[in-house]
Amino acid sequence: MTAETAVRRTGAAGTAEASPRPRGQGLPAAGFLTPFLLLYLLFILGPALYGLVMSFFDTSAVKSGLNGFAGLGNYAEALQSSDFWSSLWHTFWFTILTTPPLIVLALVFALLADRVRRGRWFFRLAFFVPYVLPSAVVALIWMWIYTPGLGLIEAALTKAGITAPNWLGDPGWAMPSLAITTLWWTLGFNFVLYLAGLQEIPRELYEASAMDGASPWQQIRSITIPMLGRTTTLVAVLQVIASLKVFDQMYIMTSGGPNYATRSILEYVYDSGFTNFRIGYASAVSMLFFVVVLAVSAIWFSLVRRGEKEL
Amino acid sequence: MTVEARMKLFNRICAGVLIAFALLWLTPLAWALDTALKPNAETTRTTWKIDDPNVQAFARILRDTDIVRWFGSSLFISTLTALGTVVVASLAAFALSRMRFRHRNLLFWVVLAGIMIPSQVLIVPQFREMDSFHLLNTFWAVSLPQIPTAIAVFIFKQFFDGLPRELEEVARLDGAGYLRIYARIIMPLARPAIAAVVIFAFVTSWNDLLWPLLVLSNPDIMTMPVGLATVQGTFGIRYADTMASALLGAVPLVAVFLLFQRNIVEGFAGTGLKG
Repeated sequence: MTAETAVRRTGAAGTAEASPRPRGQGLPAAGFLTPFLLLYLLFILGPALYGLVMSFFDTSAVKSGLNGFAGLGNYAEALQSSDFWSSLWHTFWFTILTTPPLIVLALVFALLADRVRRGRWFFRLAFFVPYVLPSAVVALIWMWIYTPGLGLIEAALTKAGITAPNWLGDPGWAMPSLAITTLWWTLGFNFVLYLAGLQEIPRELYEASAMDGASPWQQIRSITIPMLGRTTTLVAVLQVIASLKVFDQMYIMTSGGPNYATRSILEYVYDSGFTNFRIGYASAVSMLFFVVVLAVSAIWFSLVRRGEKEL
Repeated sequence: MTVEARMKLFNRICAGVLIAFALLWLTPLAWALDTALKPNAETTRTTWKIDDPNVQAFARILRDTDIVRWFGSSLFISTLTALGTVVVASLAAFALSRMRFRHRNLLFWVVLAGIMIPSQVLIVPQFREMDSFHLLNTFWAVSLPQIPTAIAVFIFKQFFDGLPRELEEVARLDGAGYLRIYARIIMPLARPAIAAVVIFAFVTSWNDLLWPLLVLSNPDIMTMPVGLATVQGTFGIRYADTMASALLGAVPLVAVFLLFQRNIVEGFAGTGLKG
C-alpha cells in the first residue's frame, strides 16, 4: 500500500517535471472550480454552518431570526432525552438489519450474473429497476403488500400454514419489515457497483487458473473475491452512510410508529423542527447525528480496510 | 466429469438461482400491475387472477389527478439538475485531476465531506435561504441545492485520472487552452462518466420527496413524488387506483433506465468507482 502510493507519487511528480507546463496553475484552476464551489458554499457548507450556529440558539420555525442564546442547552437537553437515544438506537438497528444483506446479496447476485452469458439486461432490469423508483411509489406498493388480511406475503404464508405477523403494525416487526422493503428497493445500486468491479478483473486470471484445474468455487474464492476487495470497501462504506441517513421509508410507511418503534434519528429531527417548531433544538440533534455519522464511517472504514488487507 | 462439463453445469445452476431471485424481485411490481388492472371492488381478494382485466384505473388517474402536470414539473426540474450537475462537477473535477495548485488535496477532501452531511440537516437553513432569495415556489428552489453534488465530482475526477496525459500534451503543443482541452478532448471521452452522473443526478432529483414538499406549496408546480404522496390518502381503499398511480409515477424513470442501462455499469467501471 505505502510502496504503491510512493510509486504513484513519484510517477506524478515525474510527469509534472517533464512537461513544459508553467508551475502556477492556480488561476485557471480557480476558474474551473468557481461554479461548483460557489454553489457548494451557498447551498451545502453555508447552510451547514448556519445550522451549527442555530444549534446554540432557541431558534423557532415560526419566528424569523435566531432568538435567544441557549449556549449548550440544546445539546444538554438532547443528550438527556430518552427520545434522542431511542431514535438513535432505531437508526443503528435499521443499519444493522440492512447492511449485511445489502452487501452479501448484491455480491452473490453480481457473481452469478457475471457467469450468465445471455439475458444480462434482464437481471439488470430486475434488480436495478426498484432502485430508480421514487420512495413514494415504493411505499405505496409495499404498504399494499403488508396490508393485514389482503397483503401478498400474508396470503403466501397462510397457504404454507404460517400465521403472518402484522408487519407494519407490530412494534417488533415494523423495523424488519422496513428493512425488507429497503433491501428490495436499494439492492440494485450495490449490484451495479459489483458488476462494474467484476468487469475490471482480467479474464486471463480465470483462464490461467482453469488450465491449472481450479474449480469455479476455487476461482471465486481465490481470485474474484480478493480482486473485489476495494469494491467491497466502497460498497460497505456507502451503504452504512446511506442506512444511517434513512428517513423516507419511515416517514411515509409508518410515520415513526407503531408507538415510535421506527422513529429514526432524522425523523426525530424532522419532528422537533417542523412539528414542534424547535429549529434550534433540531439543529443541535442534527449536529450530534453528523458527529455520529462521521465517527461510525471512520471506524467502519478502518475496519473494512483492515479486513481487506488480511484477505 | 471433465472440467468443461463441470463448468457448464455450474453456470447452469448459477443461471437457475439467479432467475429465481430475479423473478422474486419483480414480484412486487408484477403484483402492483395485477392490482392496478383489477376493478377496485376485486382488489380485496388476494388472488393473481383477474376476472375482467382493464386499464380503467390508469384512465381514472390520468383524468382525475394532475399527474401529467407533476410529470412536467419533475421532468423540467430533474433535467435542469442533471445538466447543471454535469457541467459544474466536470469543470471542478477537471481542475482537481488535470491541474496542479496549492491545497488541491485539501480541497478534494472538503468536497468529499459533503457526502457525509445528511440533506435533512441542511433543510432549515436552506429553506430560510430560499425565502430570503425570494425563490420559494420556483423550480430554482428545488434544483439549485441539488446541483453541487460531491459524488459527481468524485466520479468525474476518478474517470479523468484514468485518462492518459499524452492526450492533452499534443493539444497543448498546438496551443490549446484548458477550456478547449476540457471541451474538445476530455469531455467527449468521458461519455460513460457523464451517463453515470446524469442517471444518478436525474434519479435523485426525480425521487426527492421532503425538499420539494417544503418549498413548493403551490399545487400547480408539484413534483411527482409530492403529488403521489398527497393523493395517496384520498384514494382510501381504492387499491387499484393507488397502484395505477404508483406505476404511472414509475414509468418515466423506468424509461430513462431502459435507455441508459448499458451505460450504467460501463460508467461505473470506467470511473474507477470500484475502488
